[in-house]
Amino acid sequence: MKYESVIGLEVHVELFTKTKIFCGCSTEFAADPNTHCCPICLGMPGALPLMNKSVVEFATKAGLALNCQIADFSRFDRKNYFYPDLPKAYQISQFYIPLARNGYVEIEPNGQKKRVGIRIMHMEEDAGKLVHEEGGSYSHLDLNRAGMPLIEIVSEPDMRSAEEAWLYLNNLRTILQYIEVSDCKIEEGSMRCDINISLRPEGSEQLGTRVEVKNLGSLRAVRRAIEFEEKRQRDILENGGTVDGETRRWDEAQGITIFMRGKGSNRYSPEPNLSPIIITDEWKEDIRNHIPELPNVKKERFIKEYGLPEYDASIITASKILANFYEETVKYYHDPKIISNWIMVELMNVLNETGEGIKDLKFTPKQLADMLIMIDKGIISGKIAKDVFREMFKTGKNPEDIVREKNLIQISDEAELESIAKKVIENNPKSVEDYKNGKEKAMSFLVGQIMKETKGKANPQMVNSILTRLLKEI
Amino acid sequence: MKLHELTIEKANELLKKKEITAQELTEDILNRIDECESKIGAYVTIDKEGALKSAKSTDEKADFTDPLAGIPMSAKDNICTKNLKTTCCSRMLENFVPPYDATVISKLRERNAIILGKTNMDEFAIGSSTQTSFFHTTQNPWDLSRVPGGSSGGSAAAVASDECIYALGSDTGGSVRQPASYCGVVGLKPTYGRVSRFGVASLAATMDTIGPITKNVTDCAIVLSAIAGQDSFDPTSSDIPVDNYLQKLKNDVKGLKIGIPKELLYHEAVSKDVKDAVLNAIKVYEDLECICEEISLKNAEYAMSAYLVTLAAEASSELGQYDGIRYGYRTSSDYQDLKDFYKKTRGEGFGFDVKWHIILGTYLSDEKYYDKYYLKAQKIRTIIKKDFDEAFKKYDFLITPTTPTTAFKIGESSDDPFKMHMNDLCVSIVNLAGLPAISLPCGFSKGLPVGLQIIGKAFDEAGILQVAYAFEQNNDYHTRRIKERMV
Repeated sequence: MKYESVIGLEVHVELFTKTKIFCGCSTEFAADPNTHCCPICLGMPGALPLMNKSVVEFATKAGLALNCQIADFSRFDRKNYFYPDLPKAYQISQFYIPLARNGYVEIEPNGQKKRVGIRIMHMEEDAGKLVHEEGGSYSHLDLNRAGMPLIEIVSEPDMRSAEEAWLYLNNLRTILQYIEVSDCKIEEGSMRCDINISLRPEGSEQLGTRVEVKNLGSLRAVRRAIEFEEKRQRDILENGGTVDGETRRWDEAQGITIFMRGKGSNRYSPEPNLSPIIITDEWKEDIRNHIPELPNVKKERFIKEYGLPEYDASIITASKILANFYEETVKYYHDPKIISNWIMVELMNVLNETGEGIKDLKFTPKQLADMLIMIDKGIISGKIAKDVFREMFKTGKNPEDIVREKNLIQISDEAELESIAKKVIENNPKSVEDYKNGKEKAMSFLVGQIMKETKGKANPQMVNSILTRLLKEI
Repeated sequence: MKLHELTIEKANELLKKKEITAQELTEDILNRIDECESKIGAYVTIDKEGALKSAKSTDEKADFTDPLAGIPMSAKDNICTKNLKTTCCSRMLENFVPPYDATVISKLRERNAIILGKTNMDEFAIGSSTQTSFFHTTQNPWDLSRVPGGSSGGSAAAVASDECIYALGSDTGGSVRQPASYCGVVGLKPTYGRVSRFGVASLAATMDTIGPITKNVTDCAIVLSAIAGQDSFDPTSSDIPVDNYLQKLKNDVKGLKIGIPKELLYHEAVSKDVKDAVLNAIKVYEDLECICEEISLKNAEYAMSAYLVTLAAEASSELGQYDGIRYGYRTSSDYQDLKDFYKKTRGEGFGFDVKWHIILGTYLSDEKYYDKYYLKAQKIRTIIKKDFDEAFKKYDFLITPTTPTTAFKIGESSDDPFKMHMNDLCVSIVNLAGLPAISLPCGFSKGLPVGLQIIGKAFDEAGILQVAYAFEQNNDYHTRRIKERMV
């Protein structure tokens, strides 16, 4: 029998407001342990939560960007459970009436557009962090993270493969980064993902027993965990067994999921200290007006407006900073496709090599445009430009300055090139002979020699024509 | 008259006239504490040094325009006091010293109040007798074999024995009014949201309030004026402006309409003496030309169950934070795993009644039973609130006994927490509705004080104080403690 995977994701995203959700403590990342704490986030007797209005704004912005309906009235509840990283023994969350519902994220598996539904998006507080020392008989507790603002985004079980889940997460992340509510760094924990997955016979409408997988440390882990669970559950089903509804943990080192706990019941109760969150239409519209053009819209526009291939457009719009950089460069240079080529090849290469992020770029769009203009004017060759580009990337210097300092101006002087060409012909009689005998390759060798002589600065078109002429003359 | 017997009003007069100093007053009360604390046991922490120090600095400032300046007071031990132990009278917080003041304490400190110490209470304010305190029981000054009531029993006993001029208590289901009634003093539960709860250990967050326990109604008005008002640290505190309680105190009560809910006055649990005392009080109001009529609060019979469900469910959540991880008691025996750690820490750290409520409340708030119990209890609250709203359309105030009986014997009827809650029959219903209510002495039964409860409309503290004041002017019940108590 063939089985179909049914996958839903629960994604937690840390909002980067300046202060925590219910107190004035800083949300600074990687501060010394337990330095951003107060009686409220430590769960001291008689401390009460105070709503941070920015969290509501950030969350509403996210809800709108994810095409959700925003509830004009929502409320906080407590999820009661015991764990050392949870100071109050309850997490303040929104269980009964969440902030947002019924949204979607668009994905394009195999070039076909598909919507992954978002069932619920709500606000909640984060827990602290337990650090277990290898072999130690105790654990360290850091409560800086306790009370950090989160949104939880619960998708519908609309995904059918690891690939679709991966696309969903990617697009979700890009959207949230675009609207600047979170940096969504999975590795740093500012975006966390739990998987819900079940299998069912292909064609069946009924859902199978759902297994939850936690502890996914990267996008790759999400993909691998889904693939592992698909196989594990299929093996059980094919052997006539039944899948248990349980929570499992992804073990990155072993590449498997491990049983964590069975399905228990939860204790929720209304949070009595916080007033309901009332969002007026006016406030909602104001927030909506602050949502920038979203990645999928931008991508379509780039394809139409700049004639970019779909692939280039999707890479460039995957980062808002890169997309802005691109559009800024377009203002100063006439050919959008050439700009995109430089970004897709040269820029991506250096970023990969150096591991630097697009936001650390030292040079400006104007500088890139200036460099392209220098190529067009024949001041530098395309080949030299690659070196100029790297230097610009490294130092942020103006291309004109780089060219001048490094003496990279293209040699376009007919007489000078001719004398160099003559010298090369003289020194390479064997190649000249080969050329005469019809070996085309010899020609490029000679060109290479001229380039070597001029340290790559020779105008390639001129070298070609001069060399062809001289060889004919022999 | 001895200094410790003074009311706030009288003491302030003398301080202003420079006939006494805050230090003399404080010393006298500290002596009084030395004299009778072994018999009463009202306090769990006495801060002699701190009290004398702040009395001295208040004298140096020599500004007694604020009626609370230089007046020694005590606070229930669930009200956080910076650098002064706050235990909730539980082993769980036996050595807990808060790094912050509750808002009510900071407000009093700003007025140069003298904090004498922390008073005994039922563990985490669950109880009606102060017998569940981890430390010791408190004796009722009127009869040392009897309880002072609870859970603010220490505060009420301290005021009744003149071991302080006034005290603060907390009232989640009658914990200010019931002990005030048992000890023959005045206790006021403000409207939910009138007084900041910040820094007062939560028990049931939708019902918790903080209120004064005083020797008479005027003092009550003075203290309430000082602690009431919106607080940016309590999101449930109200922005409704605070009335001038003192100014309205002496207004005529003629023509006011008073309703007497018959379901409460004639409840089988109410003793004959208590009923008679309340009926006498009604006569007094009729003599003052108030219009008194019996009314029906027709859903009152469901109040006790709704109260208990709400209390247990909310307390089970609020008390979860005492887990031995960050502060407070931690088991010293070996534990196998995290679960075992929690079991031992919380099993050893909490007393029987607290655990009884936590276990009940945990069950009630389970996903599976939420609709059946907690949600239903909240629906009952809404119905009861509507009943009150209806009553207040026709009447300005409602009158009931504060408690069905007078103070019971120490050791009596404490086995069954549910029975214990019957003491709160007339008071906890008020917490369900969030309304303000005051208890003041209205007579005696076999030498023990009986309390009268006056319930007002939301935020009409001025009204209940005014009505209480009018009654107090017609008797000497509030001063009899000085002659009739046992210490």
